[in-house]
Formats: sequence, C-alpha cells, structure tokens
Amino acid sequence: MIYFDGVSKIYEGHAALDEVTLHIEPGEFVSIVGHSGAGKTTLLRLLLVEDRPTQGSVFFEKVNVHKIRSKHIPEYRRRIGTVFQDFRLLPNKTAYENIAFAMEASGKSDEEIRSDVPQVLELVDLGDKLWHFPHELSGGEKQRVAIARAIISQPDVIIADEPTGNLDPVNTYDVIQILKKINDMGTTIILTTHNKGIIDSLKKRVITMADGKVIRDDRHGKYVL
Amino acid sequence: MGVIVSTRRIVKAGFVNFWRNAVVSLSAIFVMTVALFVVGATILMSVFLQSTLNSIRDKVDINIYFTSDAVEPDILVMKREIEALPEVKEVEYISRDQAIEAFKLRHANDTLMTQALEELPDNPLGAVLNIKAKDPSQYEAIATYIQNERDKMAGSGTQAIYSVNYAKNKIIIDRLTAITNGVEKVSIAILFLLIAIAIVITFNTIRLAIYISREEIAIMRLVGANNSFVRGPFVVEGMIYGMLSAIIATGLFYPVTLWLKASTKDFYGGVDLFYYYLTNLNEIFFILLLVGIALGAVSSWLAVRRYLKV
Ligand SMILES: Nc1ncnc2c1ncn2[C@@H]1O[C@H](COP(=O)(O)OP(=O)(O)OP(=O)(O)O)[C@@H](O)[C@H]1O
Ligand SMILES: [Mg+2]
Repeated sequence: MIYFDGVSKIYEGHAALDEVTLHIEPGEFVSIVGHSGAGKTTLLRLLLVEDRPTQGSVFFEKVNVHKIRSKHIPEYRRRIGTVFQDFRLLPNKTAYENIAFAMEASGKSDEEIRSDVPQVLELVDLGDKLWHFPHELSGGEKQRVAIARAIISQPDVIIADEPTGNLDPVNTYDVIQILKKINDMGTTIILTTHNKGIIDSLKKRVITMADGKVIRDDRHGKYVL
Repeated sequence: MGVIVSTRRIVKAGFVNFWRNAVVSLSAIFVMTVALFVVGATILMSVFLQSTLNSIRDKVDINIYFTSDAVEPDILVMKREIEALPEVKEVEYISRDQAIEAFKLRHANDTLMTQALEELPDNPLGAVLNIKAKDPSQYEAIATYIQNERDKMAGSGTQAIYSVNYAKNKIIIDRLTAITNGVEKVSIAILFLLIAIAIVITFNTIRLAIYISREEIAIMRLVGANNSFVRGPFVVEGMIYGMLSAIIATGLFYPVTLWLKASTKDFYGGVDLFYYYLTNLNEIFFILLLVGIALGAVSSWLAVRRYLKV
C-alpha cells in the first residue's frame, strides 16, 4: 500500500534520508525506531507531502504522492490520520469542534457530525469532556482527542509520530491500546517511538533506522539500538 | 461539499474565531478604525475644501457699469451677446432702479446719505451687468471681449460703458486661480498618500494577526482542509474588523466635527463641517464600510496566502 522507492532527502548537504526503500502492507502495525535525528519524522513528512524528496519516489496505492496536484492534496491527506507528540489541536476550538472541523473540511453533513463526534470521543473515553478547550485538557486527554480526530474520517493509515512522547506511563498504555484497537479494525498504523516497553510488548513489525538508512526490518521485532 | 453548506461553515467559523480571539480582534479593530478615520477625514476635508473653493470662485465676477444715460434695450442686447460666449456661466442684469434700491438698503442706517439721495432730482446710478465665468481662468478672455466692444462703441461715438472692474480684480482673480488649483492638487496628493498609509498599516496589522495563527493553519491543512476552507474564516474575520471599524469611525466623526463646527463655520462659503457630516452621514458611512470590508477581506486573503504554499 505504501512504498518508499530509493528515497533520499538532503537538507543543506546533510542527508536526513539516504536511499530508503520499504513496503508497508495494508493492515500492518509498523513501528519505526532509531536514535534522535535518524530520519523517522522526515520519512513521515514525505508521506504526508509536507516536503518533497531530493531523490526517489513515495507511492500510496500506486500513486506517486509527490505528483498529486496541490488542489487534490487535501483529499489525499484525509486518507491519512495523523497523531503527533505535540498533539496539534486547534487551540481556539473545543474537543468537539476540533473533530468537527476535520469532518467539515471533508464535507460531511451536519447530521453525520452531530452523531459521529460524540461517538468517537466516547470511544477514546472523553464523552464527558466534549466542550473542553485543549488548554483545559491533560496531555493524555489531548492526545486522545487527536486520535479521535485522526480516526473520525476512517482513514486507511494512521501516522503516529511519538504519540506518547509527552505522556505518563498510564496514558502511554491507553494510547497504545487505542492504536491497537484501531489496527484490529483494519487500519494500517505507522508508529514512531523511543519507548522500548511499547515496542517489546507490541510484538509487531519493527523498522530500525540510523543516519537516514533502514538498518533492520524485523517481522516481530524488538527494540534494539 | 455544497457551496451553501461550506459558506455557512466558513462564515460561522469567522464569527467564532473573531469572538474567541478577542484581544487580537480588538487591536485589529483599533488600528483599522484609525485608518478608516484618516480615510474619512481626508475625504471629508477635501470635499469641504472643494465646496469652500467653489464658493470663493463664485464670488469672483466682472461688473460692467453703464452710464446713467445708457438705454435698457441696448444693455439687454449686450447681455445676450455676452451670454452667448462659451466661457460665460451667467450674466445678471441689475437695472438702475434695482441698483438704487440695493444702494438704499445698504445705507438704510445712514440718514445723511438717504437725505442726500432724496434731494437728487434723478437716480444717479447706472445699470450694471454682473458676469460670472465657468472658470476663473476664463475672465481674461471675457474681459478682452468686453474691451473690444467698448472700443467699437467709442469709435462710433457712443459711450454707454462707464467702467469695467476687471482690471482692478485681475490680480486677485489670477492669484485665486493659482491658489485654488494648487490646493486641489496638493489635497489630492495628500488624499492618496494618507489612504496608502492607511492600507499599509491595516495590511500589516492583519498580517501579524494571521502570523499568530500560522500553526493553526498548518494543522488545518494537515487534517485535510482545502485552501478556501482554511482561508475563508480569516477573510470573514477581516470583513468583520472592517465593518465594526467603519461603524466606530463614522461615529467618531460626530464629536470631532461638532468640535470643529465653530471654527469651520467662519470659512468662506458658510457650510460648516458638522452640518456637512450630518447631511452626508449615509454616504460617509457607506464609503467607509465599503473601504473597510474590502481592506479587511483583501488583507486577510493576501496574508493567509503565504501559509498556504506547499
Ligand atoms: N527542515 C529541516 N531543515 C534542515 N534539517 C532538517 C529539517 N528537518 C529535519 N532535519 C534534519 O534531518 C535529520 C532527521 O530529522 P528527523 O526529524 O527526521 O529525525 P527523527 O528521527 O524524527 O528524530 P527524533 O527521534 O528526535 O524525532 C536531523 O539531522 C535533522 O536535523
Ligand atoms: Mg521525530
């Protein structure tokens, strides 16, 4: 479903990614590990077309994503849910409105929004915090809103870039459980993390990166650096 | 997505954002109010100046004083001839009787003068033709024409014209023409300069307001909002700034022109600024509203644009 074909990304003479080639199949739960600066975020940014590769191509279901016309990029991005370490919620919108915004942007009807948003917030156990603004939520709660927003449009893939980086162990566990549940329902998950405990307990595919290169790719990997 | 649904969502988001970013909204409105006030004041002043200049111009004229034995039919023939000149706006005929009445009225309190007039056997005043040109610069041509007529009459032995006051007025007329033309040019230049400054200041303020929201713009794009859906609410917000600023600026002119009422009343022309403001309230408000909304919308549109590039 996702295919990186010899992708390099050079920032001012420094290679953040160096000829990366990898496949991700539908329904996989892939973890990417590697030291800070290894190129994990860069890889995900290229998939989201937030940046262009210096060399090579990125395919999403046979489509070279960097050849998508900018007019159609919003449509493409709606097929990918994103969760980040810094939550990236709209600060002036409540939990409900943050999720409603994503649905409005994709042209969902008011009825769908009214019925789906409370449901998805219930799913991440925030049924009682619909009208809280991000600054009125804890880190774990914010991340659950972000996850709810990522899954609301039923994307094919969820990209989670260090989603637990700012969370305590209990919230970390919750977030990973939610991601697993989503994966069980058939959504592909790409997770980056520095948390050894998570990786070892997941027992899923692990891609290890160093200096912009993929150095290991294990079906049932462990956290080894 | 239907245009109506997305427009409704965009407009609603614009109002909600406006309300929730109260501090930013207030400062943008403050700056825009000042800018619109400057625009309005410049327009108001230049219109006021224009009407003052027009009334000064209106005071400029040429008088032909006839001798007391010039006969009315001859004078009326001349009046018609002068009226036919392309430069002439209007010619007023003041008969001998009208002239003496006006004279008496002017000197009603002067008993000595009234008595002296009573004792005269005949009306000592001649008729007058009062000529107004379409433009002050055209008096020269009219005066030349009259002078030629006068010379012709002198050649044929009759002398109906006693005097023409153009020569006396020439210096004043010339100077006035130069001044009014100059003032007009300068005021147009100032108008454009001030409006340009107002636009730049407003644009920069809105740009700053949107710079504050650049993270939000990035997030909106990340969750798959297309450009118009990201940009729309900002444009609506800009239009709200413009609308409110126009209302405040228009209101501000009430106390300001009231305060200036006394000092502008004595200007040539007699129209004071306050009166002008009250009678043209609708136009002033409409212009400021239009300028405000356009300025807010265009500034926001341009300011968001730089965050929408891939
Ligand atoms: N916009 C940029 N301009 C210049 N250099 C960049 C840019 N983005 C990333 N880099 C560089 O690319 C390299 C890879 O960065 P990247 O963010 O992908 O690392 P990472 O694996 O996500 O690290 P971390 O685990 O700390 O998040 C780093 O050396 C970084 O400094
Ligand atoms: Mg990273």
